[in-house]
Amino acid sequence: MPIVVGEYASLTGKEAGFGQTSHHGVVLALEEINAAGGVLGRPLELAYEDNQTKLGESATVAKKLIARNKVVALIGEVSSGRSLEAAPIAQLAHIPMIAPAATNPKVTQTGNYIFRVCFIDPFQGTVMAKFARDDLKATKVAILSSVSNAYSLGLAKFFKETFVAAGGDIATEKNFAEGDKDFRAQLTAVKAAGVEAVFVPGYYTESALIVRQARELGLTVPFFGGDGWEDEQLLKIGGEALNGCYYSTHFSAENTDPVVAQFVAKYRTRWNGETPGAFSALGYDAVYVLADALRRAGTTDGARLRDALAATKAFPGVTGVTTIDPDRNASKAATIIALRDGKAKFYKTVAP
Amino acid sequence: MTEFLQQLLNGISLGAIFALIALGYTMVYGVLRFINFAHSDVFMVGAFVGYYMGRLVPEHTFWGGFAALGAAMAVCAVLGVVIERLAYRPLRGAATLNVLITAIGVSLLLQNLGQFFFGATPRPFPELFPATTFVCGGVYVSSNQLVVIGVTLGLLFALRFIVMRTKIGTAMRAVSLNPQAASLVGINNDIVISFTFALGSALAAAGGILYALNYPSIDPLMGVLPGLKAFVAAVLGGIGNIPGAALGGMLLGIVETFVNGSEWSTYKDAIAFALLILVLLFRPAGLLGRFTKEKV
Repeated sequence: MPIVVGEYASLTGKEAGFGQTSHHGVVLALEEINAAGGVLGRPLELAYEDNQTKLGESATVAKKLIARNKVVALIGEVSSGRSLEAAPIAQLAHIPMIAPAATNPKVTQTGNYIFRVCFIDPFQGTVMAKFARDDLKATKVAILSSVSNAYSLGLAKFFKETFVAAGGDIATEKNFAEGDKDFRAQLTAVKAAGVEAVFVPGYYTESALIVRQARELGLTVPFFGGDGWEDEQLLKIGGEALNGCYYSTHFSAENTDPVVAQFVAKYRTRWNGETPGAFSALGYDAVYVLADALRRAGTTDGARLRDALAATKAFPGVTGVTTIDPDRNASKAATIIALRDGKAKFYKTVAP
Repeated sequence: MTEFLQQLLNGISLGAIFALIALGYTMVYGVLRFINFAHSDVFMVGAFVGYYMGRLVPEHTFWGGFAALGAAMAVCAVLGVVIERLAYRPLRGAATLNVLITAIGVSLLLQNLGQFFFGATPRPFPELFPATTFVCGGVYVSSNQLVVIGVTLGLLFALRFIVMRTKIGTAMRAVSLNPQAASLVGINNDIVISFTFALGSALAAAGGILYALNYPSIDPLMGVLPGLKAFVAAVLGGIGNIPGAALGGMLLGIVETFVNGSEWSTYKDAIAFALLILVLLFRPAGLLGRFTKEKV
C-alpha cells in the first residue's frame, strides 16, 4: 500500500511557470525517495491536480485530493493567494499542508496544520528595502503592486515599512490588477514623479511587461522585485529591457555548494536539461521535509504527522537548512539575482 | 503638460484596440440583434495566427508585419463565417437568448481548444514590425503605438467605405433595418450575415495582432478582458452603431489610462463602469445610439 501525497499546482494558465517548476522538483524528490526504498517500508505515490491558475480552483482540487485520493499531506502552492484558498480545507480536514513557496505570512496563520519551507514576506520586504538603500543607493522609489494579489500587497507593505524607517521616501504608489497588460499610464505617472528605482512586487507575467513598457517610455531607472519574478518566461518576455534589474529569491542554480550542484545535475538529467529554479528547489525540499516527518512520526495519522512536521529541526536541503519555527514558517537566506545581458546572474545572499 | 500628452497618447493607442474589437460586436448586433461573445476569442486566435506567422516572415519588417496581419485577418474571417454557419445559423429564428447562450458556448469552446492546441502558458509575441521609440517634445512614442493608431484609422475608413458606398454594405444596412423587407427586395440575408461575420472577425484579428504587438505576451485566455472592455465600449457608444463603437472604444481607453495614472489607480475598473452607468442613465441607447421604442 503506497502512501499517497497530494499536490496542487498551477500547471497551466497564466502562472504555469510556477506550477511546472515546483511540480518537477516534487516529482524528482519522490522518485529519489522511492528508489531508496520509500518511507516506513512503503513507496510514496503522488496524486496531483492542476488549478489552472484560476481563482477558486485550488479549493476544489484540495477537497478532491483529500476526499477522493485520501492523501496524507498536501504540497502546494507557490502563490500565496492560491495557498490561502486550500489552507482552510486542509486545516479543517486535519491534513498537514506544506506550501513550498507561499511567502505571505497569512498562509500559515490559517491554522496549526499549515506549514511552509520558505522565508516570509516581512523578511523579503526588509531584504529588498535594505538592498534599495545600500546597493542601489536609492532614496526615492515608486511601488507598483497588484491590487488583486495577496502576495503583492503584503510584500509592498513590508517593503515600505523598512524603506521608510531607513530614511527612504516612497514618492508614489500605483496599482494594477492581475491579468492587466497595459501599464503605460501608471509608468508615465511614475516617471513624472522622478524616482531613482521602482519596486514591483508582482509575478513574472506582469513584471516583464511592466519593465518593457517602462523602457519604451524612456524610464531607465532600475526595477526590482521579489520571488514572484522567478521564472524563465520573465527574460523571454522582458528581454533586453530587464538589464540592470534585480529580484530576490530562494535559490540560485549557480550556487557552488556541492549539495546544490548535485541537485542541479540530477534535475537536469531528469528533466531534459532544464535548469532548476527556486520553486523546483523548494518543491524538492518540501517533499524531503515531509518524508523526514513521516519517518519520525512512524505513521500517516494527520495529528501525529503534524506534530512531527512542527518539530522539524535543522533539516538539510538544497535551499538551505529548514527549521520550522513556532509559527510554522522556515527561516532561510534570501538570494538576490541581477539581470544582466539577458541572463539571470547570482548577485548576493542575505542571511536572516 | 508632457505627462498629460503622454497619457493621452497611451490612452489613444489603448482605445484604438478597444475600438477595433468593439466594431465586431456592434456590427453583429446591428444585423442579428445578439451579442457574439465568441468575438473576443476570435481576437485571441488572430494573435496566435500572428505568432505562427512570425516564424515564417522576417521580424522587424513592414512587409512581414503586414503579411502576418493580412494572414490573421483572412484566417479569422473564415473562422467567423464557419462559427456563424455551424453555431448560429441553425438557430436563426430561435429566441435571442438561445443564440446568446450558444455564443457563450462557442467562446468557451475556442478558449479550451486554444489551451489544448497552443498550451496554456503565456508566450512571448514576436516583434513583427520594426520597433523604435521616438521622443517628440518630451513625449515618448513607440513605433508600435503609431502602427496601432495608423492601422486602426485605415481599417475604420475602409469599413466606413464598405458599409456606406458598396452594394454589400447597403445590403448590410438594409438587413439591419428590417431583415424581412430586405429579403423581399431580393437580398440574400445569409450572404449578408456571413459577410458581416467575416468583416467583424477580420477586425478582431487585426485587434489581436495590434494588442499582442503592444503587450507581447499571449495566451488562450487573453481575449477575455479586452473583449469585456470592448463590449462595454460598444454599449457606451450605442450598440449597433459603427461610429459609436469607435468613439466608445477611444473614450474607454482614454478614461482608463487617466484613472490608472492618477491616485485612484486601484479603482480603475470601478470608475470605468461607473462612467458607463452614468452615460446610460442620461442616454439609454448609448452616446450615438438611436432610442427606439419596442412595439408589442
